[in-house]
Amino acid sequence: MTLRGLWKLTWIEIKIFLREPLGAFGSIGVPVLVFLVTGRLIGRGLPPSALATSSFIRVGLPVLASVLITISAVLSLVTIVSIYREGGILKRLRATPLRPQTILTAHVLVKLILTAATLALMVLAGKRYYPIGVRVPFFSFTLALLISTWSILSIGFLIASIVPTARFAQPIGAVILYPMIGISGLFLPVDSLPPAMHAVARALPLTYAVSLLQGIWNGDPWSAHLGDVAALVVVFVICTALSAKVFRWE
Amino acid sequence: MRSVIQVSGVRKTYGPTVAVDEVSFEVNNGEIFGLIGPNGAGKTTTMECIEGLRTPDCGSISVLGLDPFREVYELQDRIGVQLQQAQLQKRIKVWEAVDLWASLYGKKATDAEHLLGQLGLTDKRNAWFMNLSGGQKQRLFIALALINDPEVVFLDELTTGLDPQARRAIWDLVRGIRERGKTVFLTTHLMEEAERLCDRVAIIEHGRIIEIDSPEKLVARHCPERTVVLSTSDPSAEELFRAIQGVEHVTRSDSRFTVRGRGDDLVTEVIHCLSENRIRVTDFRTILPNLEDVFLKLTGHSIRE
Repeated sequence: MTLRGLWKLTWIEIKIFLREPLGAFGSIGVPVLVFLVTGRLIGRGLPPSALATSSFIRVGLPVLASVLITISAVLSLVTIVSIYREGGILKRLRATPLRPQTILTAHVLVKLILTAATLALMVLAGKRYYPIGVRVPFFSFTLALLISTWSILSIGFLIASIVPTARFAQPIGAVILYPMIGISGLFLPVDSLPPAMHAVARALPLTYAVSLLQGIWNGDPWSAHLGDVAALVVVFVICTALSAKVFRWE
Repeated sequence: MRSVIQVSGVRKTYGPTVAVDEVSFEVNNGEIFGLIGPNGAGKTTTMECIEGLRTPDCGSISVLGLDPFREVYELQDRIGVQLQQAQLQKRIKVWEAVDLWASLYGKKATDAEHLLGQLGLTDKRNAWFMNLSGGQKQRLFIALALINDPEVVFLDELTTGLDPQARRAIWDLVRGIRERGKTVFLTTHLMEEAERLCDRVAIIEHGRIIEIDSPEKLVARHCPERTVVLSTSDPSAEELFRAIQGVEHVTRSDSRFTVRGRGDDLVTEVIHCLSENRIRVTDFRTILPNLEDVFLKLTGHSIRE
């Protein structure tokens, strides 16, 4: 597989994204701002001891923020791919020696880089406003987030492969991805859900991503989450294989 | 003359619709070859099979000795492609697109800045794609199709949607490509464009090729009719016109005569008759058949229907 043109295409796509009105501000500025403002409000209203003991603030919030940013990046990818397809841009790029996988990899890289930038800014901001006081295994968490992101991205690609028009891409993606958060274990432990919901949650990939992220953030060893990693890899493989089969260039 | 594209027995269906059926032709080195026909006749499908963007159901295609299906990347490296109704990223700058394209090809790309200058895009090099006019976009797509100094250039409905002035400018560019020794394969539904640009054309309808030859030969073969329209108040004119060799019809309304016949000599014969009999005319023009008439004759309907 030759990746000729990958870096140039990735760099151009980043520049194009930043040129869009609300592009940089909406995807990087808004999450960081919301994070800062809530941090300020919570930080004022609660004594530091409450902050340290609230498990939602200690673990839930960082994981929720990571998952939300990932999903919004994936949705933006779904939208871009369908707009590019509808406008004939994908087809034009394909009528060159560019390999199809290079074109798609470039878009994934753009999203990963922007997601990483957003999260890095939040970590910097969080240091100031969230006196979480726990040692976060930063490297492991990054790796866990990367695995989760690849998996969610592959779902996004599958959605992008089958949505008929760009107009429906964003709403369909949102309807599929956002409800997964509700029963993913972020707000309630999955085991406390009613049996039917429990079964559904177990079938959803996001549940495994949340379990992995929360565990690693809490300092669990990787060996405790091999099941989660395996589930995410299976999702990635299945979705990638399916989208390779059904993906349309025009 | 060496042929650079060979197409033989190509068929392509989409569900129950047969887009292209038993299409066979060859394109010679250094010529401008046009695939002409109405919208939906199968022009783009045929072209995209040759470019390796679609796989035919059956038949064989060879471009520069390569199989467009199995050797698509080798092929893409040596050809230049302009697609119908293509777009680029809205906010990509002209120079970024050219720079990206230039980086994709194995051999050393042509001088991008020189190419932009030739196509009149130098002062637009920092403009976003979305802010270019239709003609500028098409010129950019031509630049992208030429960036790798290709041996064969494919142009699909190049001037559709452009105003006559931009269209003429683009025609000059296409002739310039041929002058540099390249082969040009184009599709168009504009008969005037085909007539002015193409060395040879293939007429396609309902997915089948019904004729291939140079525009002049097609006109001579299928539409030998010639028409002279003139105005004169000479009372003896009508009888004299009818006596001219090759004349088949003479119609008259007031002082205006329409003389129809066949053969290349008809116009000369009419002029000869006028001067010999000292007939005074106040208006004289000839109507020569063109590709449009050939198309009408071969298919029984106009290309615009």
